[in-house]
Order: sequence, then structure tokens, then C-alpha cells
Amino acid sequence: MAVEHPPATPAGDQSRIHDIGYRGYDGPRLGRAYARRSLYSQTLRGSYGLGRSVKSKVLPMLLFAVICVPAAIMVAVAVATKAHDLPVPYTRYAIIMQAVISLYVASQAPQAVSRDLRFKTIPLYFSRPIETADYVQAKFAALASALFVLTGAPLVVLYLGALLAKMDFGHQTKGFGQGLLSAALLSLLFAGIGLVIASVTPRRGFGIAAVIAVLIVSYGAVSTLQAIADSQGSSGAVPWIGLFSPVTLIGGLSSGLLGGTNTFPGDGPSHTQGAVYLLVIVGLVAACYGLLLRRYKKVGL
Amino acid sequence: MVRVTTFYDVTVIATESLSKRFPRVTALDRLSVDIGPGVTGLVGANGAGKSTLIKILLGLSPATEGRAEVLGLDVATKGAAIRERVGYMPEHDCLPPDVSATEFVVHMARMSGLPPTAARERTADTLRHVGLYEERYRPIGGYSTGMKQRVKLAQALVHDPQLVFLDEPTNGLDPVGRDEMLGLIRRIHTDFGISVLVTSHLLGELERTCDHVVVVDGGKLLRSSSTTDFTQTTTTLAIEVTDSDEHPDGTRAVRDALHARGVETDNEGGGLPGAGHILLLTAQGEETYDLVRDVVADLGLGLVRMEQRRHHISEVFTSSDEQRKEATVHGG
Repeated sequence: MAVEHPPATPAGDQSRIHDIGYRGYDGPRLGRAYARRSLYSQTLRGSYGLGRSVKSKVLPMLLFAVICVPAAIMVAVAVATKAHDLPVPYTRYAIIMQAVISLYVASQAPQAVSRDLRFKTIPLYFSRPIETADYVQAKFAALASALFVLTGAPLVVLYLGALLAKMDFGHQTKGFGQGLLSAALLSLLFAGIGLVIASVTPRRGFGIAAVIAVLIVSYGAVSTLQAIADSQGSSGAVPWIGLFSPVTLIGGLSSGLLGGTNTFPGDGPSHTQGAVYLLVIVGLVAACYGLLLRRYKKVGL
Repeated sequence: MVRVTTFYDVTVIATESLSKRFPRVTALDRLSVDIGPGVTGLVGANGAGKSTLIKILLGLSPATEGRAEVLGLDVATKGAAIRERVGYMPEHDCLPPDVSATEFVVHMARMSGLPPTAARERTADTLRHVGLYEERYRPIGGYSTGMKQRVKLAQALVHDPQLVFLDEPTNGLDPVGRDEMLGLIRRIHTDFGISVLVTSHLLGELERTCDHVVVVDGGKLLRSSSTTDFTQTTTTLAIEVTDSDEHPDGTRAVRDALHARGVETDNEGGGLPGAGHILLLTAQGEETYDLVRDVVADLGLGLVRMEQRRHHISEVFTSSDEQRKEATVHGG
């Protein structure tokens, strides 16, 4: 096997590699849309601690596990008992898990925007081709996607389990679709609220506390008010009170428009009220986007 | 390997009666200046309008009136195109402490539009050129000020811009770090072929680095000239000589000999240590240097130093104050 090898590169050539001068860049420059996509994927990965330190992976991964485990248990029980339907409808799952979702928003919204403010990285972004709107869109879309992964994953577990348990395919698929739609709206709403709050403060701690206050405390307050209204005999007010916290907004929408079971005391929202819920959610998401744009117009260099 | 710059004899930055007024302050006042390729220093005290000018040139802040072009592109309409070809290094800290220099600069390269592979290659190259080696894999939080400044510079250069804006790059550096940074800035033009606009409130350090210096104050242009013009006008010579047995006070002997030949001297020495031994005189041209050499040699003394004393920025302000007065007289 006397194959002739090409002569080895002389050592001199190798040492010269370390001494090459400056090389320019003549390759493609992919511009704004690409930069926006890069920012989106970097933020989305960062929302689960990917590409960041081990420490910053712990909380998002833990919350992801916490939200999926109950779904897995439900599926296991359903399969074992040969149940004909899941113990919890798809649209209801996020409401049960609202504390986990709120904690996730509280921890990751500041991660997405407060860091750039705190370490003053913003000017570096805006000295590049992207505009204010690109930055806001990338961050908004990234956090909403991260939330959709968090709220959608347990639904996928439930759906696969339901199919495994040979439940009615049509019924399950419809419920799964409604669940995903509700999860998508929840993701947009929570991401918007979380980002608006976090974008005001460069301090992560404040951001976390403020997001928890708005999401969890408002849910507690609204639920209490609803219970009082119901026991005082003014149950007609219950659905309207539900408009004042993000969690009950999603809950009311699910039961009013998406065929979910009622999560409110007394009667759930009607179809018309469901439509109002949808309008309020869309309006809030748009308002959050507008506020973020205004906020970042000011930040600049 | 010096890249051939295609825009010789072309202005890189041009402004025409550029003004920026805020409700309470006028940050820029009818500033008209043309800046060519090379290293240009933008000098002014804090609040002179340097940062405002950079913001307008990046297309991030509209001018109240007047117009400006960067690389032949109008800042009012072509902001994104300008920012694709220009790099910016801010004055303040802008680095997240929990990521490594490599990760950070790669991300910034992609934000400038470089595809992922190119972003990685350019990052490795650029970090090496600014002098960051093994430490580039460690989190930035543990870096010294000098290393952080290098990372900031690298992110401004990573997309191979045609022009970089460096805002106070020597701030917070010790003398050695300052010299290294100034050397690096010089190389950005000579080796990389990238034009530089560098701001500072110290004229002295820019004189050594820049081809051209623009001085602004209160948003107005005080002066725009090549660095050689500055040196020509600032030829105060400082002379120090040894003493000998024949002339126990060498300084006095030289001064008397110079006076005898009609050259005025001034030995206050600027309040420096050993000031009494330093003679200051105004050089009229080449012949003054020859004269000093001959005088010292005739007296049999040793010439310890003969150097140019440069003017401080305050003197530029003083002389231009006079110009401004003249201008107002003519204008009025």
C-alpha cells in the first residue's frame, strides 16, 4: 500500500498562518429582516437558558417540567382507568397552571428586556440596521413563542395520551385545537404585559415583583370579587369582573367562545360576553405593543 | 495587506449648517464640516455636541435643520443603509457581564447582517486584531477596563465597516492602556483601511493619532484642520541643557547667548518640576532649531532635550474665541 502522500506543508507556511493581516468582508449582508430573526432566535433560546449560563437554565427548565408533569399523570391515570374523556379539558389546563405560567413570565420577561437596559446594550442594537419596531417585534414574538412552548407542550402530552387511550378522535382534536388557540392568545397577552412592565425597569428584581403582582395578585383579587358578587346575589356582574385580570380574561374567553368549561362562580360568560373578552384581549395586546414602541422610541442611544 | 480604499478624495462625512435644538438647549448650531478618509478627531468639552452629532450621523435622531451625509448617503432617509456600513463604539459601558466576548461579538455581527458562519469567522479575526486571545471564552464580567474597551471596539469592527465612530475610547484607561488603544485606532485606518471618527476631550492625545482634528464647542465649529496645521502653529520649543565647569548655570548661559542673537525666551517652564532649567522659545522655522544647536555647541554644553511643546485645548479655545469675535464683527 505504497500510496504517495503529497509532501507535507513546510513548517514555514504553517507559522505564517498566524501572521495574516486584516481581511475585509465581501460576503453578503443580510440586512434588517435577518437581524430581526437573529434577535428573535437569540431571545427565544435565552428564555429557556440556552446559550446562557447553567444557572439561568434552572428556573425555566424546572417550570417547564412542573407544567408538563401533571399532564403526564393525568394521561397515565386516564389510560390506566380506560376513561372516555380527559379529567381536565384542554382549555382549562392553563388556568389550573396559571401560577406556573405567571412565574415563568415574571422570570423571563425581565431576562428578555431588562438586561439590555441595565447593561446599556440597547445603543449597540440601534446603531445597527434594525429599527425600534424590529427590536420590539423580535422581543415580543420571542417571549410569546417561549410561552406558547410552555403552555402548548402539556396540551400535546394530553392529546397524545388521549389518542393512546383511544378516546374519540374528533372530539379530542377539536378540544386540542381550541386549547392551542387559547394558549396562543394567552402567550401573546402575557408576553405583552410582562414586557411592558419589564421594559420600564432596568432592575430585574423590580421587574419580577411587578409582573407577579399584576398577574397573580390581580387574579386573586378578581376571583375573590367574583365569589363575593356571586354570594351577594349579583351573579350578573361576575363575567364583567373577570375582564380585570389576565388569567380570568383567558378563562372567560375559553368558556365563552371556545367551548371550555366555566371557571367562574355561577354562570359563565355568554357568547356575546366571550366576544367582548376576545376584543379586550386583542386590544390589550395591541396596547402593549404600542406602549413598547413608545418606550423604545425614547431609549435610543 | 492594506485594502485599497476606493473613496480617496471623497468626503466620508459632510454636514451643512446642521443644527439640533432641544427645548432648552441648542446642541448643534449650524455646523458645516467636511471630513475625508483617515483618522479624524472630534474634540470638545463635555456637552459640546459630540454625541449629538454622532447620533444624527447614524440616522437615529433627526436634525432640526441643515443636512448631513455619511459615505454619500443622506442621514435623514438612508439611516439603515448607513448603519450597515458604519460601526459605533459608545462611550459608556455596554457589555452584558454573563456572556463571553466571543458569544457577544458573534451576536452583534449577526445583528449587523452577517450570516452565522461569517459572523463566527469575523469574530475570531476581529478579537485577535484588537488583542483578545484566550480570555475571549470567559464571561465579560471578569474583564479589566482595557479588555472591555477592546470588546467594545471589536463589536464596532466585526462587520468590516467603511467608517467607525469611536466615542471617547480612551476613557478610564491607564496611560499604557491609553497608548495601546491609540495605537489600535491608528491601525484601524492604516492596516484595516477603515476610516475613523474618534471623539475626545483631550486634544493632546488626538494630535498623535489623527490626520485631521475638528474642534467643536457649544455646538459650533471652532476649527477644522489637519493635525500638521496644529503642530505648525504650536511650535513652542522646550530646551534643557547640562551645566559645565565653564558655565555653572548652563540654562542662563544659553538664554544670554540666545538673547544676544535676538531670540526671546521664556523660562517659567509651565510650572513643571525642574522648571528653572527649561527654556521655552518660539520657533520661527527650521533655522531656530539650527540656531539652538549651534549656540549650545559653541558653549560646549550638552543638549538634554529639545522638544515641541504642544498647545492645550484651552489655547485653541482662546485663539478661536478671538476668531469668533472677528466673525461676529464681520457678520454684524
